[in-house]
Amino acid sequence: MTAPDDVGFHARRHARWHWAEIVFWIAALGSAFIFPSRYLIMTDIVRLGLFAISLDLILGYAGIVSLGHAAFFGVGAYGAGLLALHGIIDEPVLALVAAGLGAAVLGFLTSFLVIRGVDLTRLMVTLGIALLLEALAERYSDITGGTDGLQGIELQPILGSFTFDMFGKTGFFYSLAVTFLMFLVARRIVHSPFGLSLRAIRNNPLRAAAIGVPVNRRLVAIYTVAAFYAGVAGALFTQTTALASLDVFSFERSADLMLVLVIGGSGYLYGGLIGAVVFRMLQEIFSTITPQYWQFWIGAVLVVIVMVGRARLHRWVLWLPNLVITQLGGRKAAVAVPDGDAP
Amino acid sequence: MTAVLTNLFDGVAYGMLLFVLACGLAVTLGLMNFVNLAHGAFAMAGGYVCAVLVNQMGWPFFAGLPLAFISAAVLGAVLERLLYRHLYTRSHLDQVLFSIGLVFMSVAAVDYITGSSRVFINLPSVLEGQFDVFGVGIGRYRLMIIVICGLLTALLQLILARTRFGSRLRAAVDDPRAASGLGINVPQVFAFTFAFGCGLAGLGGALSAEVLGLDPYFPLKFMIYFLIVVTVGGSSSITGPFLASLLLGIADVAGKYYVPKMGPFVIYTVMIVILIWRPNGLFGRTAAR
Repeated sequence: MTAPDDVGFHARRHARWHWAEIVFWIAALGSAFIFPSRYLIMTDIVRLGLFAISLDLILGYAGIVSLGHAAFFGVGAYGAGLLALHGIIDEPVLALVAAGLGAAVLGFLTSFLVIRGVDLTRLMVTLGIALLLEALAERYSDITGGTDGLQGIELQPILGSFTFDMFGKTGFFYSLAVTFLMFLVARRIVHSPFGLSLRAIRNNPLRAAAIGVPVNRRLVAIYTVAAFYAGVAGALFTQTTALASLDVFSFERSADLMLVLVIGGSGYLYGGLIGAVVFRMLQEIFSTITPQYWQFWIGAVLVVIVMVGRARLHRWVLWLPNLVITQLGGRKAAVAVPDGDAP
Repeated sequence: MTAVLTNLFDGVAYGMLLFVLACGLAVTLGLMNFVNLAHGAFAMAGGYVCAVLVNQMGWPFFAGLPLAFISAAVLGAVLERLLYRHLYTRSHLDQVLFSIGLVFMSVAAVDYITGSSRVFINLPSVLEGQFDVFGVGIGRYRLMIIVICGLLTALLQLILARTRFGSRLRAAVDDPRAASGLGINVPQVFAFTFAFGCGLAGLGGALSAEVLGLDPYFPLKFMIYFLIVVTVGGSSSITGPFLASLLLGIADVAGKYYVPKMGPFVIYTVMIVILIWRPNGLFGRTAAR
């Protein structure tokens, strides 16, 4: 077998749907029927998962470290809120796409700032952009509602037929559907030749450039796509909570997002979704124990994860499922090992 | 005209304070290449130690300041030995995550111990009020800040440039391998420098209670300012961060005074422009490290 065939074979094998993935999505849908009283928190988890996929696209696949991803979330959130409040686009799905596009435009414009420089410059620039937007939103409080946020957002039925109910049932299925669709697109992107070239860039930008990958254009493209995803997540936030306030831009939101991705593992897309579930559960547990000081324990989790080492931690977590598969299936385990953390 | 001079004076005091707060970070981030977002936590620790000593135990303010330095330095040394030193060789992402975790922990811990309201330190009456020099209002407290911070800056420059420890530190930073080959105990030098930087931050935290405001969210609120000082100032010398903090201090005070609504906006824009224009800082080395 020649080398190109070999690469193509492996890439295609990775791109095939694994049965565990199908089980994952069935479980996600099934949770709606198992916990019918917990729609609000489940919506929150799904939304956070989508947001984390967005960060995974640039961090896990392209290797861009960002501390200001909340900027795009915020633009999407305010975009959807303003569109609904002023009745410009009444239909939620269209408004969702429009808000996402708004964030994508911002992502495209700022990507030229972000792709320059090393990690540290990127951290500072992304953080600076998010803070800048927060300051702007505070400055133009006549548009954004200032610290009170946008209030009185009323949403029309989705596609003209599904009304948002007060238990959040419609909101949950809506969020899940949007996230699933966006996930399919993301999955297609990362398994395409484009996605493979991104991984090449992450592993070694110089070599990627040497074999003819247009590094900067690829980074601009994926950064814009990720901004679109974050914008859609933000718009979902506004549409399902009927609220948009200044904290959509906050540093804590970007930092929490990092934690979500670290818990789940980056570079295989499911990391964000799994991380979102674990993160919200941890948050719930900590805030029942200490309502005011849960942040301490979240911080402690972060420190422990880093000290133990992310790669080692994932080996421990995946040890049991891999063992079960090896025993039952009698073949080499193939539960998604986050290749971003491979030593 | 006098208002301009008073603003300039306040700006200089503010900038000097920022320098003392951030110069420890200039060493860890700029020289040791460790992204430590938790630097403000050490400043906060120093500030709170001073506040407790002065307000509750009745210590005089000038005795509280050295204790703020010592406690923050000890805390820094302990954490460096226990946690930080394992992360020097890790990726920037790991360092960022770790230090964000520390920030979250410190915010919640201080909130738990002292409550979330702003803390003031009781000042001796010598430091209150202001006096006029040719019609320019000079705040006594700010004058003291300028004196203390100016002396510290001169001292730091002397230590770095003239002493044996300074040359060891510079050697260890330039090329750790070669330095340890020459018999310099590089981890020890780093640990000492880290602790010293934390101590300075603690002292700055105690001084800043009156000017910047001290509450549990201090590390988050001023994180970006410290980072600006270091990234804009560059890391090749101590003068870069010093000039950057003066600029930042003056610009921030002037911005708040003349265009109160655009204040933070101006600073973030300037930072982004400078970083794009010169990724290694205004006064930094031209080649990427």
